[in-house]
Amino acid sequence: MPALPARYRPLSVWALYAIGLTPGLWTFYLGVTADLGADPVRTFEHFLGLWALRFLCLTLLVTPVRDLFGINLISYRRALGLLAFWYVLAHFTVYLTLDRGMILTSIAGDLAKRPYIMLGMAGLVMLIPLALTSNRWSIRRLGPRWTTLHRLVYVIAAAGALHYALSLKSITAEPAFYIAAVGILLGYRLVRPTLMSRKRQRKAQFSARA
Amino acid sequence: MSSYRPPRIAASEITPPALYMSRRALMATAGAGLALAALPKSLRAAPLAAKPSDYKVDETVTSKEDATSYNNFYEFGTDKTDPIRYSDDFKPQPWRVEVGGLVAKPTVFGIDDIMKDFPMEERVYRMRCVEAWSMVIPWIGFPLSALLDRVEPLGSAKYVAFETVVRPDEMPGQRGLFQPLRWPYVEGLRLDEARHPLAILATGLYGETLPNQNGAPLRLVVPWKYGFKGIKSIVRITLTEKEPPSTWNLSAPHEYGFYANVNPAVDHPRWSQATERRIGEGGGLFGGARRETLPFNGYADEVAGLYAGMDLAKYY
Repeated sequence: MPALPARYRPLSVWALYAIGLTPGLWTFYLGVTADLGADPVRTFEHFLGLWALRFLCLTLLVTPVRDLFGINLISYRRALGLLAFWYVLAHFTVYLTLDRGMILTSIAGDLAKRPYIMLGMAGLVMLIPLALTSNRWSIRRLGPRWTTLHRLVYVIAAAGALHYALSLKSITAEPAFYIAAVGILLGYRLVRPTLMSRKRQRKAQFSARA
Repeated sequence: MSSYRPPRIAASEITPPALYMSRRALMATAGAGLALAALPKSLRAAPLAAKPSDYKVDETVTSKEDATSYNNFYEFGTDKTDPIRYSDDFKPQPWRVEVGGLVAKPTVFGIDDIMKDFPMEERVYRMRCVEAWSMVIPWIGFPLSALLDRVEPLGSAKYVAFETVVRPDEMPGQRGLFQPLRWPYVEGLRLDEARHPLAILATGLYGETLPNQNGAPLRLVVPWKYGFKGIKSIVRITLTEKEPPSTWNLSAPHEYGFYANVNPAVDHPRWSQATERRIGEGGGLFGGARRETLPFNGYADEVAGLYAGMDLAKYY
């Protein structure tokens, strides 16, 4: 794939933020104008959660796409990850305010008793340090520890997918798709070291012969 | 481009019940029992005559639009808008209901006979879904006990089992790889619950015959239980000695019990049942606050006696 000229890259990242936030903002607008169906709070809450999962999947897709197809989208990964964070945060805020009405006993009850709520909360808590360190200064400061820290995203994605699956009354085609997607994206990380070392070997042989 | 949006109507401006009921009377004179199947889909919901009943809650009735477009009817799909979108091909006419099992007179009722033989009345009931939302719906129907009387249950009969139609050709939720539930959808009541005056078989709502998405042509309504007990599009009713299986109980026994009485004190494992959201209340995102859920959905005075001595946390 022809890479975008370097001078357009920052612009395209900002475009990604704008496009990425559009579904959430548009749905919020529909909700405020009573155009979101019979149960707008629930619809909005689920919508935000689903988009969070979508952006998590896209974040995890950057590496395999580069490894397997040679398409390098690394300059968009931070935006994708942060978009996931913003959607998770919005999803949580809607749960806290519009859904539970800030009734803390009800929220505490949920947290104490319901595994899918615990998983969702755990995912949000783990996302916070990642979002806070998604800047150049942190990358420089943390050095190799930054990479280690950001591997947390694997745990977060698993927690997110489980949170989604356990919140449903029955698993139909759509959730099955997302659960499978997260499964494959995480599974890829397990085979990746072998895959990459083989690739390097082949490359080395090729250059030795040449 | 600007688009015109009509202003939202305040609850206080919605037609008062008295006017509503007189309109009902007018519809009654217009006559029911049209050859529904022959009509185009848009006209299929026909006016349905019914006399008003004392069983009516004095709460704002949910809009017909919400009650007919936000439904759980997994035979048409799991999304709440699937039933209205994918039930066009469903044919509720002609229709037969087989009533048998432990009865003296097993009978096959045609839906037209049911419409003719049983006196229809309108009852405005609260409807509480197990998912913690609620509506107020003006049903048209008749007491289930009237139908049971006709088939004369035997002394050995203790339960009533119900079964929904299986028609994958007409019900897209019953086709395909991911089947959320096992078909047919089955439900059951204890015989004394089934005989309770509040338990009705509904043939209509909002002054018209039931739309497909609401369980045409005949469904159960038991207002003190969670909505999933209200089995839709019934084809078989069987009197039995043993507790019959029920679909959601088979699917997730620790989440959905056989009794499924509305009970704010017993949480669903994944959410609290203490409060509920009334559909349509307040309109947009910042509209309705949650309201407290009432024991037996507000029908405790009438039905609590059915469960005297039972531990309702165990028999949930």
